[in-house]
Amino acid sequence: VKFVDEFRDPAAARRLVREIGALAEEDRHYKFMEVCGGHTHTIYRHGIEQLLPDNIELVHGPGCPVCVIPMGRVDDAIHVAEHDGVVFTSFGDMMRVPGSQGDNLLAAKARGADVRMVYSPLDALEIAREDPSRDVVFFAVGFETTAPSTAVTLLKARTLGVENFSVFCNHVTIVPPLKAILDSPDLRLDGFLGPGHVSTVIGNRPYRFVPRDYGKPLVTAGFEPLDILQSIQMLLAQLAEGRCEVENQYTRIVRDEGNPRALEILAQVFTLRPHFEWRGMGFISQSALQVSEAFAAYDAERLYEVPGVRVADPKSCQCGEVLKGVIKPWECKVFGTACTPETPIGTCMVSSEGACAAYYNFGRLRHAAVPDDVTALPVA
Amino acid sequence: MNDHDHEHESARESVVLDKIERMRRRRPRLKDDTVTLAHGAGGKASAALTDAVFLEAFRNDTLEPLGDAGLVELPSGERLAMTTDSFVVNPWRFPGGSIGSLAVHGTVNDLAVAGARPRWLTVGFVLEEGLPVDELRAVTKEMAEAAERAGVTIVAGDTKVVGTGAADGLYINTAGVGVIPPGRDLGAHRVRPGDKVLVSGSLGDHGMAVMLARGDLNLEADIVSDSAPLNGLVETILEAAPDTRWMRDATRGGVGTVCNELAAASELGVVLSERALPVHRPVAGACDLLGIDPLYVANEGKLVAVVPVEQARAALEAMQGHEHGHEAAVIGEVREEPPGMVVIATAFGGSRIVDMLVGDPLPRIC
Repeated sequence: VKFVDEFRDPAAARRLVREIGALAEEDRHYKFMEVCGGHTHTIYRHGIEQLLPDNIELVHGPGCPVCVIPMGRVDDAIHVAEHDGVVFTSFGDMMRVPGSQGDNLLAAKARGADVRMVYSPLDALEIAREDPSRDVVFFAVGFETTAPSTAVTLLKARTLGVENFSVFCNHVTIVPPLKAILDSPDLRLDGFLGPGHVSTVIGNRPYRFVPRDYGKPLVTAGFEPLDILQSIQMLLAQLAEGRCEVENQYTRIVRDEGNPRALEILAQVFTLRPHFEWRGMGFISQSALQVSEAFAAYDAERLYEVPGVRVADPKSCQCGEVLKGVIKPWECKVFGTACTPETPIGTCMVSSEGACAAYYNFGRLRHAAVPDDVTALPVA
Repeated sequence: MNDHDHEHESARESVVLDKIERMRRRRPRLKDDTVTLAHGAGGKASAALTDAVFLEAFRNDTLEPLGDAGLVELPSGERLAMTTDSFVVNPWRFPGGSIGSLAVHGTVNDLAVAGARPRWLTVGFVLEEGLPVDELRAVTKEMAEAAERAGVTIVAGDTKVVGTGAADGLYINTAGVGVIPPGRDLGAHRVRPGDKVLVSGSLGDHGMAVMLARGDLNLEADIVSDSAPLNGLVETILEAAPDTRWMRDATRGGVGTVCNELAAASELGVVLSERALPVHRPVAGACDLLGIDPLYVANEGKLVAVVPVEQARAALEAMQGHEHGHEAAVIGEVREEPPGMVVIATAFGGSRIVDMLVGDPLPRIC
């Protein structure tokens, strides 16, 4: 725990905020996108926006694995979960994500489907090993961060000869949506806080196109509050010095070359899908992974018939614009009224890493930071 | 963007926030056709179910405030508090307690924080066919010991047995009656701006101890449930700070939920300090790993008290001198603004709101 405290030191925060204030030009408005949902969560959880000067705006990016899953895939998941004999395993967050007609996995569970929350795909494999009479399916979601653990699980399943285990694969990759955002005409950004955990796997090199082709700086950022402040400081320093490059703030974890072993395992177990639908962003080519031919026996999409129907987002839902950072959560027409964390319409309201949920749960404050003097007692 | 745009934008944001606040103040409406686990998690779904089904059917002035206990008056003028609670915790045993001790402490504490002196308990068992009698005997012994420590007598009981698969081994219901001493009046109507918010000790020990005891997290940490009777502590506090306004035991939903109930009922703001929250290191570490806020993790031996500022020090010292309150702390203050909301100054120097918890991801803990 001490490890964590070091990165939450208020004195260090004040120092960084001063440096940020000195680097930011007064008459300029800065718009930086934090790519990951984990960043968004940290920013709201620790009240970082209130520490920053008014002319620095943080725009929330697409890097929330739950938020980008389209409704049709949730319908497919529910369909698999309701097959006889299936134990359907999922991360907790995914269980509340709405499919079409507001259905979700929790509701399927209440109707009688055997849906269980797990913390890792290895837990799901364990359930399969303990009860060979049931077919255990794992609902795999996430970027390159979680894909390796799914891959390792499949390798282990094969080694152990487990036959009643499969994966409903929805793993996605980070670079294609970043490109889509940079190509989007309605957004003007000054730089990126780049993905932290994803980069532990893929490294920093895949982002070189951002400064090279689009002229935007990118700093790979960690998830502690000081990481966020330092990354903003590094972006401002690049702009002030006229530099434009990929820099790594998260050096304690991220290597430039990533994790070659993890990449190797990914290549063994998965192949790129020609295209994949992203919630609110439409189809993006080569943006997702599917289980490779060699592991076909573990691919739930091959084992179970699923509707595979594309379901259009509800008209009122503006998750796509929120995910691309075009609008802020509160600017969505249904934010906080029809769409709330308990009755979410859009995915951004479901996961605690979703921009809308983070803003709704932590950010609905219209004043400056409250002073931390509420515990003082008068001397008797 | 220039300053004018910026002002325009914050004005628009303000309009949206006002609308949300109006929505939040409405009681949640039940829209579901089936009961889901969320209805039992103590958050908004639970409130919707209680309103739409139970309150609708049973409505009366004693029930309506939906406090920890119902307060009734005898023809003689004496006042009683009555409450009931069911226990379905899994596993039955965890470091620091069991379903048996919990079943006693839960009901005793609900009576105590209502200002009553708990006296009598009843117990109902629902047993699944196949339950080893030794197991039942052990749980019953733990109940008896807990009742003796808390100074309550178990005066009536009931047993039902259901077939295999119709229950998860063992469920316990307890109901309790306590006597409210003359002149005692605790309630949100007495809370005033400037009052201090105190907690009787560390946050989240029970919820985390049970989660780890279930073993499906593959985490090991030295975390012990805080399950304890609070009636002695309540008497100590009321002796030291007789004008104490309001108390709640911070069970399911944790201190964060209790503070939200305080803010909503008093229509005042509750401002907390993250730095001041007592959280044991292993609990903080486990919460961090799991992405759970200790503010929402259950306790079974902690209460939150609102005390007028001039008696706050006396209350704090009295708590710290008690065996169940030695880590007590002042964690915040009641203010006029923002009404009906809980705000926390983060240890990092920012601030955020603390909302009601939605859709509890935690397993059965009480």
